[in-house]
Formats: sequence, structure tokens, C-alpha cells
Amino acid sequence: MKLPIYMDNHATTPMDPRVLEAMLPYLREDFGNAASRNHAFGWKAEAAVEEARKQVAALIGASDKEIVFTSGATESDNLAIKGVVEFYKEKGDHIITLKTEHKAVLDTCKRLERVRQERLDELKTLRLMQLTGAPVSRDELATLAIKHDLDNDAVYRQWAELPTGGARVTYLDVEKDGRVDLKKLEAAMTDKTILVSIMLANNEIGTVQPIAEIGRLCRARGILFHCDAVQGIGKVPFHVEEMQVDLVSISAHKMYGPKGVGALYVRRKPRVRIAPLIDGGGHERGMRSGTLNVASIVGFGHAARIAREEMADEAVRLTRLRERLRKGIVEQLDMVTVNGSQEHRLPGNLNISFAYVEGEALMMAIKDVAVSSGSACTSASLEPSYVLRACGVEEELAHSSIRFGLGRFNTEEEVDFVIKLMVDKVNRLREMSPLYEMAKEGIDLKSIEWTAH
Amino acid sequence: MAYSDKVIDHYENPRNVGTLDKADPNVGTGLVGAPACGDVMRLQLKITDEGIIEDARFKTFGCGSAIASSSLVSEWVKGKTVDEALTISNKDVARELALPPVKIHCSVLAEDAIKAAIDDFKKKREARRQQLA
Repeated sequence: MKLPIYMDNHATTPMDPRVLEAMLPYLREDFGNAASRNHAFGWKAEAAVEEARKQVAALIGASDKEIVFTSGATESDNLAIKGVVEFYKEKGDHIITLKTEHKAVLDTCKRLERVRQERLDELKTLRLMQLTGAPVSRDELATLAIKHDLDNDAVYRQWAELPTGGARVTYLDVEKDGRVDLKKLEAAMTDKTILVSIMLANNEIGTVQPIAEIGRLCRARGILFHCDAVQGIGKVPFHVEEMQVDLVSISAHKMYGPKGVGALYVRRKPRVRIAPLIDGGGHERGMRSGTLNVASIVGFGHAARIAREEMADEAVRLTRLRERLRKGIVEQLDMVTVNGSQEHRLPGNLNISFAYVEGEALMMAIKDVAVSSGSACTSASLEPSYVLRACGVEEELAHSSIRFGLGRFNTEEEVDFVIKLMVDKVNRLREMSPLYEMAKEGIDLKSIEWTAH
Repeated sequence: MAYSDKVIDHYENPRNVGTLDKADPNVGTGLVGAPACGDVMRLQLKITDEGIIEDARFKTFGCGSAIASSSLVSEWVKGKTVDEALTISNKDVARELALPPVKIHCSVLAEDAIKAAIDDFKKKREARRQQLA
């Protein structure tokens, strides 16, 4: 067994050696531009890309004509959401998503809200200038708007009803296990809703969403459904027809392919239209211009093929490993909680809170194992995970969480090593923890007046 | 985040971890921070009637920097007078451990812990004096 052990497969996965082998010729002799239609180098590259497109499509039950290659899932999420909002702005401007989505979705939504607000402010300024006959500064906007009662101003209201660009967004809460409540989702839908964006599986707690049910709800109302499927694709079954999804984001490096390449599935029947983010040579049917990353796309295709062929067996193996890890830890340590759904869960995900031990300190103690802290203490912000908070996990426990992501190359031997290490280190840190001592003495920590910082 | 060797040393070999008798009139206990914020520090000082800190013990729930900060001040205060200990500032701790900017907060907590422990000791002594009077 080699140290350190990698158990952070939600962050990225190591490339499968078979994927690398498939890529190498396209980095050496077969270096052609897939858009070069006039010679053999171009034809070879194009053929390789089209083969990969079929392989990626096959993994999700799509047609190859529905796959648009991108630089990764962040771009796919941006393209799907901004592309739909831009293209369908005449139809509506409302998006529904979850508080537990990836930042690539949440931050995209936040930008669209800002765009809409800026547009409304411009309209406000224009109307107020009309009314006052003088220039209006940004600082005066709010007070003047109230003074002139713009909420009830017929002209302003008419303007504000025009397609504005940007969007209004509803961020739905999730249940304790991280799943969306379908009734709440349905209740949030309005006649202005054009898009629902909900992930297949959560990257922190591994909870798998009821995608097919969400798809049915959206389809019945003519609302487009985007699914950020990055963490779940190749790990749990996913078929675009059964799920009735319209747009799907996928990334190669989360399924043992290379980094820097991803795809967006864009449905053809019924046809989904999106405005491109990048203009240029009109590659990828005009939806994503830019010379194709041929070698990486070939790798992506192979990664997709391997995932499709081996997913069923691999899911069984990873579930067994995950359960071994969970039992090993839970049986030897008290006061631990598993976060996320036990039933609807990614095979390789285990997210655990170790009460009275801080996540980052624990990660430092287990430096022979690469995991991720449920708390965001290692980043610039010291806020605990927004995903755990949205699931109702209390702040102190959210600070005490560790995410294990098991993958294709983890072994039983590694799991056993990690169990022993976790038990030792948690016990050591608890010996050092005033909270653990107090809890053991039966002191109610909630009764203490803490000095917050 | 890359930590300095001193942080790692204090984290891996923390000095003076433990608990002193809270009921001892010569022991002052400072408990600062909050579980919701991700760090709680408890520093206990055993102080002679002459005001000399003869022993220190800490327990900390928090990240590596928080543990290192409390371990460091537990070493620093030993042998000092109460007044000398009160001059230890978070800047001294942050400098000694080369804490990254987002972790300065941990050194503030360590300074607060010293103050809280001494404050507790003074309150205890005052209460005892009143009892005797």
C-alpha cells in the first residue's frame, strides 16, 4: 500500500491508464485540427472526436448530435443556464434551483439576478429622468423611486414587464437528507418559470435527487430541466429519456478522464435552443466555438465507455467499501453522524461529522489520507459548508465534518488503514477538546454563553 | 494551506494539554470562542498568592492554528507574573507562529483566553477576600 492514500474522488479522479493510452496518439502524430476538412490530418481528428461523441452520448442514452463539448462542467452549467435565459427571455425570466447546488450553478444564477437588477435600475433611471426632467444619479435612485411611487407608475411597470435579460431565481431548501421536496418544487413553479436546475448527485453529501420525478414535473409544464450530473454520471444509472432532462452537464475528470474537458447534452426532440457564451468559428453547431481539444475529447470518450461497461460492478464494489468504512468508524467511535441520505446515495460517498473535533484539525492529523473537510476552513472564508447548513446540520457539527470520496483505485486494505487512523486521531483530538470533556461530564453545551467572534 | 513548522510542531506535540481543578481557589479558568464558529479554547492557570503563574493547562477545539496558538501561550505564561502575562498580545502569537491572515483570529482567541483565565482568578480571589472579611 502506497501513502498518501487518495480518498477525495469528488474533487477529481486519477486518469485511468487506459484513457491515457487512448489519448497519446492525438498528442503525437495525429495532431490534426478536427475542423480541417481538406486533408487527412483533419479527417482523422474529426473521426476521433465523433467516435468520442458517440461514446459520451451512449453513457447517458443520448444521440451523438446532442452532445456539445466544452472545457468542463463549469462551462456547461454556465452555457446551459445563461444560454436558456438569453434565448427564452421573451417567454419568461424565472429559474428554480436548490440551495445545495454546486457554485457553478449558484454563482451563475446570482449573476443573472444582478444583470436583471441592473437592467431594472436603468429603466428606473430613465423613467425618473422623464418625470423630473433632470439627470438622476445612482445614489438618488431609491429615494426618488419611492417619492414618485414607481411601483405604481404605469409607464415604469409596462417597461419592467418587457424582456429584461437576467433572471429572477428561487433557491429551494432541501430536506434533512439533502433531497428536494417535489411539492415545494411544484409550488415554486410559475408561468414565468423557464428553467429548473437541479443536480443529479451532491458533491459533498452524495445525496442522489429524484431526477425522473423532477423531469416529469417540468415536462408537464413546459419548463426546461437542466441537470448538473457531474458527480453522478458513470456512478449511478442515468438515461436522458427516462429522466426527461433537457440539458445535462458532464465532466471528464470526475470519471477517470482528463481535466479541462466536459460536455453539455442539449436535447433535440423536443428541441431545446440556447444562446452561445462564446462566439467564433461556429464549432459544435454554433453552441460552443473554439478549436476542439481533440486528445482530451478522445480521453473523455474512452472514460465514458469504461464507465458504462464497468459501472454496475463498480457500484457494488464501492458500496461495499463505503459500508466497510462507515461501519469501521461508527462502531469504534461514539458521537458521530453520517450526513446525507443513506438510501439515495452515491456508492463512493461518505460524509461524517465527528462531534467536538474540528474538521481541518482532523485533516491535518490524517495527512496520509487525502480527504476534504465538510467545513470550508481551508479556504479564505471560515464559514462551514453551505450544503450541510442547508440540510439543517448545526454549525458546530458542520465544522466537524469530513468527506470521503472512494473511487476506482481504492482498495479494502486502504479502507482498513483509514479506519484505524481515523479512530486513533479522533480519539487523540477529543482528548484535547474541551467540548468533548464537557459533553462527557454531562454539561449541556447549549446552556453556556459563548463569546462569539 | 501551508503552515509554518512551528504550527505543525505545536499541533503534533502540544504542550500542557490537560485539566486543572476548577474548584482550586488558585486556578483561573478562561473559556473563549464558540462551537458554532469552529473554535473553543480553554486555558487554565494555577497562580500563586504572590501572583506568579506556576502552571498552565489547555484544551482546544479548533483548527491546527488554534491548537498551536493555545499550546504556545500555555508555555509562554508559565513563570510569568499575572501582569507580565497580560502584556502578551495576539500579534506576538501570530508572529511567532507565522499564522496566515485568515488564521489571525486564532491568535486573538489565545490572547483572550489568557485575559479570561486571569480575570476568573481575580474574581475568585476577590470573592474569597470578601468571605474572609
